[in-house]
Amino acid sequence: MKTKRNAQLLQGNQACSLGALDAGVRFYAGYPITPSTEIAEFMAEELPKVGGKFIQMEDEIAGIGAVVGAALTGTKALTATSGPGFSLMQEIIGFAAMTEVPCVIVNVQRMGPSTGGPTSPAQADIMQARWGTHGDHPVIALSPGSVLEAYTLTIKAVNFSEKYRVPVIFLLDEVIGHLREKVVLPELNELEIIDRKRPTVSPEQYKPYAVDESGIPAMADFGQGYHWHVTGLNHDETGGPTGKADVINQQLSRLFHKLDQYRDEITLYQTFDVEDAEYLLISFGCSTRSSLAAVELLRNEGIKVGLLQLQTIWPFPDHVIKDFTKNKKGVFVVEMNDGQLCLEVERTIGNRDLLSRINKINGELITPQEIIDKVKEVAL
Amino acid sequence: MQTTTNIENLFRLNRLPHIWCPGCGNGIIVNAVQKAIYESGLDKDKTVIVSGIGCSSRATGYMNFDTLHTAHGRAITFATGIKLARPELNVIVLTGDGDCAAIGGNHLIHAARRNIDLNVIMFNNSIYGMTGGQFSPMTPHGRLATTSPYGNLERTFDICKLAECAGASYVGRSTVYHVQLLVNLIKKAIENKGFSFVEAISICPISYGRRNKLGDAPKMLEWLKEHAVNIKAAQKMEPEKLKDKFLIGEMYHGEAPEYTQLYDELIAKLQKGAEKDVR
Repeated sequence: MKTKRNAQLLQGNQACSLGALDAGVRFYAGYPITPSTEIAEFMAEELPKVGGKFIQMEDEIAGIGAVVGAALTGTKALTATSGPGFSLMQEIIGFAAMTEVPCVIVNVQRMGPSTGGPTSPAQADIMQARWGTHGDHPVIALSPGSVLEAYTLTIKAVNFSEKYRVPVIFLLDEVIGHLREKVVLPELNELEIIDRKRPTVSPEQYKPYAVDESGIPAMADFGQGYHWHVTGLNHDETGGPTGKADVINQQLSRLFHKLDQYRDEITLYQTFDVEDAEYLLISFGCSTRSSLAAVELLRNEGIKVGLLQLQTIWPFPDHVIKDFTKNKKGVFVVEMNDGQLCLEVERTIGNRDLLSRINKINGELITPQEIIDKVKEVAL
Repeated sequence: MQTTTNIENLFRLNRLPHIWCPGCGNGIIVNAVQKAIYESGLDKDKTVIVSGIGCSSRATGYMNFDTLHTAHGRAITFATGIKLARPELNVIVLTGDGDCAAIGGNHLIHAARRNIDLNVIMFNNSIYGMTGGQFSPMTPHGRLATTSPYGNLERTFDICKLAECAGASYVGRSTVYHVQLLVNLIKKAIENKGFSFVEAISICPISYGRRNKLGDAPKMLEWLKEHAVNIKAAQKMEPEKLKDKFLIGEMYHGEAPEYTQLYDELIAKLQKGAEKDVR
């Protein structure tokens, strides 16, 4: 029998949308923006068929506001945007981090700053994904390097947001978002789907921000009689605002570090030809593809190069970077920006001499040849 | 369903006393909202109160429901998400004149345009109180504020007209002097299946009244009493007599399809179609 699980030609933005649906997302609010609009279009068509809700809001701030509101009712909610819209959403992304409301923000990256190149790719929102909103805060950011990953990692993004009660930033880029590839999706019953932990105590006993050893508080749905208060102000474990320094310190320390104990399960990556590699490429998203082509071509010429593809960008996987850069003759960070990920790699390995940057900021893909030339410059 | 026999149960008494200044009108409005909820017989478990940022928006912290104190100007967006995701919930938005008419003005327009079933109560104290008295879009022309030290150059704004023109199906205005009217308007707003907007004119003796020499709280209440004219009475009055007055009462009540209901009908239609396909 033919199902949608058979091999099919899918676009990255569609695959992301399908992943969201299969992960249980039933609410979408957003504002049209290139190159993310296909996600809104897909959701507008498909969500009502499965009893979900789509709403086109008046701007991106309203989009993320509605998403957080819907998420508080126990609904899995997602929005999609690109650079300018992502900038507008930052305040409420901070609200979601502070109040620990699960939600997913897809940012199909385009050239910036400002209007930049609406239809041209870039990978220059790495730091904004981490630090776009004010104040310290926890966040997870994932970035897919293929259409299939756009599907599988969107499911991970929804799961992570539910399990850890954090906003998850899904860093697509224009190339992967608009790329069409043949994919075979996993069967629905093979998927792991995670729902947020709900309170098991009575409303009278419920403390919305009290935690067990998991560090993640149980979350009641609005409308279930728990009568809890959600505020972006500093709050104590009852959810009520507080100005007590010791309570604030305790709550924020937990918040900022709640992902620490889950680092291994949050860190997703792939490696290619790293076993005997003397040189290592580190890349993510669309640049993974040029890097992979370069690895093959360089290996044909006898240069032992491997590739580490980061799928989890934040929290930055220091331990993975340290492991794979050990004993290398050279490390190359390949990305379509002016060296944002490279800053983190540099911080992690602490050896500038080992590092080379391969960047491109003109809206054109980094070609395998450009990577090959740079590696040869160092290796030969 | 959680019914309540005592209006005190609608408050989080352990969060009191509130943070508002002596003489502030916000408490009167919160009381009116609670009375309206109580007298409308809303299920406490199925009622969500959403607010933005500012003096008035701190009200949610004192109210014993699922409550959401959001970002400045954005309460209506969060409320839209809640209502659309769970249309069975009663959603009440408490907002201020800065929150709703300035930074959140666009959201007000679009929620009204959709006629989504939210009940927005805008506390209008004519000033940014929490930041210490800057003029807001609702500060009348000529009035003094810390950022209009020579008198407000901007024009006096009628936000009820905006709400009506944008598509709100229920619009009312009252004051903290005309409390019974305020309760009645909020009850009618709750009853209305669609976007309802109620402007509640408040008093801010500390950050607005003092600077404009309007006297203390009782004096400001008296001013409201003397300058408010019910819209029904105004229809029979000479324009001359209405010169320095403002209107209160039910400003607009119309019929329009409600957004979440339309969406649910769409879902039902699509899912019925899908069943046919299977057969």
